[in-house]
Amino acid sequence: MNKKISDLLFKNKVVILFVFLGVGATIASKQPLTFVIPELFTRIARNSFIVLSLIIPVIAGMGLNFGIVIGAMAAQIAIFLTTYWGLTGIGGFLVTVALATPFSVFFGFLVGKLFNHMKGNEMIGGLVLGYFAEGIYQLVFLFIFGGVIKLDNPTLMIPTGIGVKNTIDLKDTVKYALDTVPMLTIVEIGFYLVLLWLVGSVAFQLVKKQTVNWKATGIKAAAAVVVYGLTFIGPVERFLAADRLLLLSSVELACLVTVLWQGFHFVKWKIKGSHQAVEGEPGGFIPQKAIAYVLLAGVVYGLTYVPALYKVLIAVKLPVMTYVCIGALCAFNNILMRTRLGQNMRTVGQSRTVANAAGINVDKTRIIAMIFSTVLASWGQLIFLQNVGTLSTYGAHTQVGQFAIAALLVGGASVQKATNKQALLGVVLFHTLFIVSPLAGKELFGDPVIGEYFRVFVSYGVIAMALAMHAWKKVVSPRMGSIGSAGAVASASKAG
Amino acid sequence: MEKANGTYVLKMDNIAKEYSGNRVLKGVNLHIRPGEIHALMGENGAGKSTLMNILFGMPVIHSTGGYEGTIEVGGESVNIDTPLKAMELGIGMVHQEFMLIPGFSVTENIKIGREISTPNLASRIFGRSMETLDFEAMARDARKALKTIGLQIEEYVKVAGLPVGYMQFIEIARELDKTGIRILVFDEPTAVLTESEADRLLEAMRVISAQGIAIIFITHRLDEVMAVADSMTILRDGEFVARKEIKDTDVVEIAELMIGRKVEKLLDDELPDTRALSDDAIAVSLRDYRVDMPGEQVKGINLDIRKGEIFGIGGLAGQGKLGIPNGIMGLYKADGQVKINGESLNLDKLGDALDHKVAFVSEDRRGVGLLLDESIEQNIIFSAMQTNGRFLKKLAWMQLYDAAAAKSHAEEMVKTLDIRCTGIRQAAGSLSGGNQQKVCLARALTLEPDILFVSEPTRGIDIGAKKLVLEYLAKLNREQGMTVIIVSSELVELRSISDRIAIVSDGKLACILAPDASDADFGLAMSGAWKGGEKDA
Amino acid sequence: MRNPLKPMVDKFGLPRVIIVSFFLLLVVAAGAFRMNLLQLLSDVIRRWGMFGILALAMVPAVQCGIGLNFGISMGIVGGLLGGLIAIQLRIAENPSLVAVHPLFAMWAAVLFAIVVGVILAVGIGYLYGQLLNKVKGSEMTVTTYVGFSIIAFMNILWMLLPFNNGELIWPNAGKGLRNTISLATSFSGVMNKTLAFSIGDLTIPTGLLLFFFLMCFLVWLFMRSKTGIAMSAAGANPMFAKAAGIDVNKMRITGTVLSTVLAAVGILVYAQGFGFMQLYNGPMMMGFTSVAAVLIGGASPKRARITHVLVGTFMFQGILALGLPVANQFIPESNLSEVMRLIISNGIIIYALTQAKGGSGRE
Repeated sequence: MNKKISDLLFKNKVVILFVFLGVGATIASKQPLTFVIPELFTRIARNSFIVLSLIIPVIAGMGLNFGIVIGAMAAQIAIFLTTYWGLTGIGGFLVTVALATPFSVFFGFLVGKLFNHMKGNEMIGGLVLGYFAEGIYQLVFLFIFGGVIKLDNPTLMIPTGIGVKNTIDLKDTVKYALDTVPMLTIVEIGFYLVLLWLVGSVAFQLVKKQTVNWKATGIKAAAAVVVYGLTFIGPVERFLAADRLLLLSSVELACLVTVLWQGFHFVKWKIKGSHQAVEGEPGGFIPQKAIAYVLLAGVVYGLTYVPALYKVLIAVKLPVMTYVCIGALCAFNNILMRTRLGQNMRTVGQSRTVANAAGINVDKTRIIAMIFSTVLASWGQLIFLQNVGTLSTYGAHTQVGQFAIAALLVGGASVQKATNKQALLGVVLFHTLFIVSPLAGKELFGDPVIGEYFRVFVSYGVIAMALAMHAWKKVVSPRMGSIGSAGAVASASKAG
Repeated sequence: MEKANGTYVLKMDNIAKEYSGNRVLKGVNLHIRPGEIHALMGENGAGKSTLMNILFGMPVIHSTGGYEGTIEVGGESVNIDTPLKAMELGIGMVHQEFMLIPGFSVTENIKIGREISTPNLASRIFGRSMETLDFEAMARDARKALKTIGLQIEEYVKVAGLPVGYMQFIEIARELDKTGIRILVFDEPTAVLTESEADRLLEAMRVISAQGIAIIFITHRLDEVMAVADSMTILRDGEFVARKEIKDTDVVEIAELMIGRKVEKLLDDELPDTRALSDDAIAVSLRDYRVDMPGEQVKGINLDIRKGEIFGIGGLAGQGKLGIPNGIMGLYKADGQVKINGESLNLDKLGDALDHKVAFVSEDRRGVGLLLDESIEQNIIFSAMQTNGRFLKKLAWMQLYDAAAAKSHAEEMVKTLDIRCTGIRQAAGSLSGGNQQKVCLARALTLEPDILFVSEPTRGIDIGAKKLVLEYLAKLNREQGMTVIIVSSELVELRSISDRIAIVSDGKLACILAPDASDADFGLAMSGAWKGGEKDA
Repeated sequence: MRNPLKPMVDKFGLPRVIIVSFFLLLVVAAGAFRMNLLQLLSDVIRRWGMFGILALAMVPAVQCGIGLNFGISMGIVGGLLGGLIAIQLRIAENPSLVAVHPLFAMWAAVLFAIVVGVILAVGIGYLYGQLLNKVKGSEMTVTTYVGFSIIAFMNILWMLLPFNNGELIWPNAGKGLRNTISLATSFSGVMNKTLAFSIGDLTIPTGLLLFFFLMCFLVWLFMRSKTGIAMSAAGANPMFAKAAGIDVNKMRITGTVLSTVLAAVGILVYAQGFGFMQLYNGPMMMGFTSVAAVLIGGASPKRARITHVLVGTFMFQGILALGLPVANQFIPESNLSEVMRLIISNGIIIYALTQAKGGSGRE
């Protein structure tokens, strides 16, 4: 038992270290939680998406994707153009997304191609590529815009007419475009999406002359209608009309949903009969676990009545749509891993030799992973920019890869393994440190700059450590799958 | 009885293959009935792997001009030009190295690249790769395949941490899971297994063959062949020797057929032999000697090599003969007692063998033997400079490279060994195999050793160079009294030059034979029929 | 062989051909704009001497097998500390030294700084080498981030170290060392000025070049010594070296230490030519610049020679020195030159990475 605990501690040493660092620095900064927590939730909303975009390449065995900087650049090109065209609001934001996507697909494809030429050196390659792209980016923004392509807009361009200004204000265009989508609209969009999905599936099945499960479809459609119908009830409608959600309400909602969800599964389990559940098998329902969840929900709900927490909980307002997007990306990462493509990515990530022998197109799979990551990173950067409200033309992207990767690693991820949970935990821990370390530096050393240097050091240090650990592991235990390169018959008999 | 009715599931007839003018297969036949276990035997280089490459339609065959002969699968003439085609015809292979992913479950490994999936909306738009995996159906198939071979593990456990023997079974299960499998090739499957695991594997092979699947069993372990196979084909030097039913033959006959007496004289003129070999003057003495060299493990050898003799060490690839010199030179971790001319060697101290005047020409010329980008001169003088401090001149406290001395020595060596090159400045990597080997030899000789280990001296070089190298080794031995130890897979070569030949099998000394011992003796020794070195020359 | 240029392109690599052509184009353009070519050449030579030793630091690193050493910031930090100590002790202003000759006092200061820097660099390099022996096969990735980390770590130290010379710390009550430290009172331009002479507009910084060539000669000498040859073999083929009884890890540490030491010397030579020492994030990307220089000269992650350093640094600095005035002819007051530096230096590194096969230790 003791061994188990020490193993657990050792496995999570990075997380534990940063929990201590974060808590320690928060105490040292002498800041009240009512300052730190709201600030933290703002940063979670801003940064989580881009950190989550790092997961797919890790799974596909390409390591930490320093190339997301290029996705961020694609986003900035798009946002510059839509700002130039004067598009505003959520509509403008969607156009920006639509514009950034083809850019980043193209860039992601190129990066993937390049990475296939430097297998094993993707990380250093991605980093250098980021700097290289920075050069191209500056060339475009400083000389092409205005120099080659005539752009006439004194608020965006440097007075000489050649080159884009250092900062672009997004206040009147897409600032908070995504954050301010009302919940009512979100529910509505969700409703139409579900309908579209159902109709689409049925249509396809009819065209392909497959049997349609009318009963299941009907139940799903009915459920969607009921949920949508609820929004027409007065109090619910008023509650949903807002675009921000009080943290308190979201905690209460989460507790409620947990209880309902476990209850639903309990009923399902009772109906189907309890004998089917086998311990250890994935997907099995375990009553003990369900009870634990319900109890936990109760405890959390009870905690909201603690005055100190209550004060914090009512101080935080969450931008709902942004959090929905983050949740959707988490779900996407999970669903992707349950598809053929996702399984191929996992296989390629574990061993290119085995994947190749199993007839998987390794290079293509890697390129697709890069495209996904680059596109997601560009969307993440757009979410970041719409929340910040200003575009620092030559600076917004420079630290993106650096900080996102550091956050992912702080959450306990490694070069070879990363999950949604680690990404989100990492964002929380890393950004806590980010918020409080200058203040802690000021309290401890009399100078906030030391705190700032400290957090930069942490972000570099944690990456250096992760890379060194990964490299060291590779030296100590030569991987299993890669031995199979001997014997010509061996490696290709299953190809195709 | 299906086995007796004479129809073959696989008929390969008059198969011949040339690699750039070098005939590696000369009209080989391989006939296999449904549901039989057929052993394919032969020494290294007999042509087994080329034959299998042809069967699997490997690109290496078709990019070098294809093959001659006919192949019939299930009575129909086929042209297997891609691995995919082989798979479609129901030909599968169980690899010696496992093609498994440790982090995946057994099911995922069995279904790798052939997952079962169900369509959804996204897959209808973006294609099949977006289909959702059906884990339940996959688990069902996996359970079925595991049951067929009688492996009692849950299909959802991770492969990492399973015993090595289980991994082989998962590989087999994967092949069985493929629909329409008719012929299954096992490539030295027992090489990595413990004895009890090997027994279970043989049992599983019987079970599989009982279901009508034919098995081609590539191995060199005679006892296994006798235990499990129904029939066998023997190849030697790319030639078809015989197809035998196991019940009609015995171990001695098989061993004889595998080795065969080859009339190929590699040493032309007999040098005058004035040596006096004595059991009291021992050059190299090994006691309980072990080397941890991947793929060439030495597992406890006792051996005495007399001063001034030419000693051959033979055995099949992977049995550990190469580990012997590599361990002495400190390239891989070794332990046990090694005495050189009576003095104990410190195996943990790098370069201690060199200090005891032992030199080594590695079997891995390009990987260990040469600095490919450096000049011939550098390659020749390097070891002597580092070990004996030759070719250096002192300048103040520094020891600098003495270019003049190095040049004259290198030129002399080039002349003595007849190294064909444009000059001593040519990069070693651009030389032909034979000349590279001579450069390696020149470097070893520059060390002026008492004892010379030469590993696979003639691998990959043409017949002319081969003769020259062997003659030169004999000359060194006769004229300078150098103890020469030749480690080689080529029995002919060992028998033509050595005074005694040790055969290593499974990391241990099988026996020491005289060069004129019978073919059967050599065959049995190499096939692991003898263990522990009882039979001495 | 339809295209006669193809073999040449294959041999040198397309990026190198582009860079050389670009350099020649710049020379032609500068001539066409009637710029003072001799003055520009002086500038190129000055930069050549200043950056040369930093690029030279790549030679032992590549030859001993650790590959392109992006982590020369480890040595740079040592050199900077040496410089700081020399200024703190006011060696250049020491009356008895100044009495001999002001230039002599400055030489004493810079040599003192170099000696301190070298001593520190030996220690740092040794530890660094130990680390690199644990991460064989991924050295480049690791060195880059270890290099960044040390810079970030030193940022904190620069704030906290107890220096108190007015030249070093912020003038009014600020905390820590200055961002840019003027060397005017210590050893600014000491090498450049020594024995310098001019022919018309062409100025030759003789002392600087002599020092640079001296360093090259010493490295060349080392590479021809018994240890140097063993080190190169250990880098080119570790198993070969092992078979000859050479301790490969020890050789790698030797190379790493040497590289780190050269970086320490290099940054001081650079600083004296520049007239300032840059702390904080100043030296962050120095590793990239040095790597790019040797690569342009024809080096690979497995092979680097002194000629690569000489040619590469000259070419790279030549482009930067010529690029600025030429670019200004097109777009005045732009930092096109900086953009060019980013694209060229990182482009050549990417190219080199695509040429290097994987990260496997033994090949």
